[in-house]
Amino acid sequence: MVGTTTRRANTRVSSAERKEWLLFALLVGPNLFRFSVFTYWPLLYNGYLSMVRWDFLGPKVWVGLDNFTHLFTQDDFALVLWNTFVFTVSAVGLICGLGLAVALLLNRSLLWRDGVRAVVFSPVMLSGAAMGIVWLFILDPRYGLLDILLNYVGLDSPNWLLDTRWAMAGVIVVHVWKNLGYAVVIILAGLQAIPRELYEAALVDGAGAWGRFRAVTLPGLSPIFFFLFITTMLASFQSFDIIHVMTEGGPVNATTTLIYNLYDEAFKATRAGRAAVSAVVLFLGMFAITLVQMRFSERRVHYA
Amino acid sequence: MENTAKLTQHSPKHSWQSRTAWRKDKAGQSTAPISWVGQRRSRVADSLGYAGMLVVLLMIGLPVYWMTTGAFKFDNEIYQLPPTWWPQQPTLQNFADAWTSVPFGNFYINTIVTTFFGSGFEIFFGVTSAYAFVFLRFPKRDWVFLILLAALMIPNQVTVLPNYLTVARVLGWANTYQGIVLPGASVAYGTFLLRQYYMSLPQEILDAAKVDGADHLRTMWSVVIPLAKPAIISFGLLSIVSKWNDYLWPLIITNREEWYVLPIGIRWLMVQEGYISWGPVMAGTVLVVLPVLVIFLYAQKYIVEGIAAGAVKG
Repeated sequence: MVGTTTRRANTRVSSAERKEWLLFALLVGPNLFRFSVFTYWPLLYNGYLSMVRWDFLGPKVWVGLDNFTHLFTQDDFALVLWNTFVFTVSAVGLICGLGLAVALLLNRSLLWRDGVRAVVFSPVMLSGAAMGIVWLFILDPRYGLLDILLNYVGLDSPNWLLDTRWAMAGVIVVHVWKNLGYAVVIILAGLQAIPRELYEAALVDGAGAWGRFRAVTLPGLSPIFFFLFITTMLASFQSFDIIHVMTEGGPVNATTTLIYNLYDEAFKATRAGRAAVSAVVLFLGMFAITLVQMRFSERRVHYA
Repeated sequence: MENTAKLTQHSPKHSWQSRTAWRKDKAGQSTAPISWVGQRRSRVADSLGYAGMLVVLLMIGLPVYWMTTGAFKFDNEIYQLPPTWWPQQPTLQNFADAWTSVPFGNFYINTIVTTFFGSGFEIFFGVTSAYAFVFLRFPKRDWVFLILLAALMIPNQVTVLPNYLTVARVLGWANTYQGIVLPGASVAYGTFLLRQYYMSLPQEILDAAKVDGADHLRTMWSVVIPLAKPAIISFGLLSIVSKWNDYLWPLIITNREEWYVLPIGIRWLMVQEGYISWGPVMAGTVLVVLPVLVIFLYAQKYIVEGIAAGAVKG
């Protein structure tokens, strides 16, 4: 009697469990299929492509690591890596630094603060291509708004995007302008999360504004700043639309970053192998950044 | 089922705002915003604050203002010195020019269709996969999740060349909607974000649903989804905006102007106008960003909370 009930209960549980497996497979399966076809397989295939010479038409010629050795001994590619470095480091530095300043300002209880917050954040939402075009209009050396404003103070605008010395600065300005609001939102959320008592305690201890900032605000922000640093770096690494619209990597490669080089080699020069090398380097760079993030943050504890 | 409904009604409102507020209350903290310099206020500091806000407002807002006013100026006014800060003879001619010199109507339809399906996939699979990962049993479930999570480390940019070969050469989907939509629909982020959110839902409500004999699809539809609504809305809006603005993939997979989406089309308009006729081009950029601006104005709270949630909760 007892045995029968147990067995019946057992079969019921396991059939219910099998039903859950089936549902799980139905809900998650299409996702995994998509990832296999459009994410994991391309990553492997890209590795293969980086070791062939191919013009998208003729047969693929196996060249081993030649594409890598060729690119890494070439001045052009050194410039690409340098450009990527300059773009990423300046963008991240400016976005995080200015973002902190603006967030501290907009954390004060001032009138119209919420309106200004909305304005600061709005470029983040807008198409990078459209904003790049608006900035082309503004940076126009003869009729652009910036030239007009500079003329008021007796300066003359450089030919921003046609001058190899200024073009990189031009695209960095636009990228920073567009993404500043993201940093501001993240830092504001971090500021709100700092317990008020810490400020009160510091006040009781006689700390001045600067002392409170150093002893309470900065340490309280550090985890969020780390997150911001990583996400901004990844985003800058992948920035494409602004550069494509504003300079097409030029003049003479002055704004060709890794992602732009990948596009250029693949779809303009039709050299699949070299494009694939750019993709490999891009991937390894981003992978390294993500590993650093996982190593130094406790986020991995929450993941699995 | 009745029981579940009651519990759902009586549970506190689960907007992300109220959840954090609730946590703070529990810790005995005030929910009022605090100033990092403490309580004391001085007139000097306030004036400096307003001056700073004005500078920030001008630096960030002026380009968008200049775009908007430029869209309503005739070309001779655009090139006039000193410049006019408000259109002297406001005109809609630029919009008509932009609309006729390139197929803007096509751009709009293409963008709406690809955004609808692209975000639709992301939201549907994000909501359902996250449910599966939190509430359904499956052998080695956490390993499956890691496989999915690892995809977050492989950005679309890295796989763009092989995907082009797959979609354009193997499937023959260049210049099609499915070609634009399918490779881009990235579900990993939404699954990850919503999984985190589901895991924080109060267990007793889900237990109540189980006691009432609700099956999984029903629990998901009438308990989990309503509770997770703020998170789903936030994620959905971010997904829609990123689809609307997507650039690299549509650039590669379309090469006929009737298949362009708005961001590609606006560059095409600029090329057609020879980089000189800024009036119609500015009108075009207004047309590209206007829907997103409207969404942003209406749903700013959800969007900003969605972005901040990734940082504070993660």
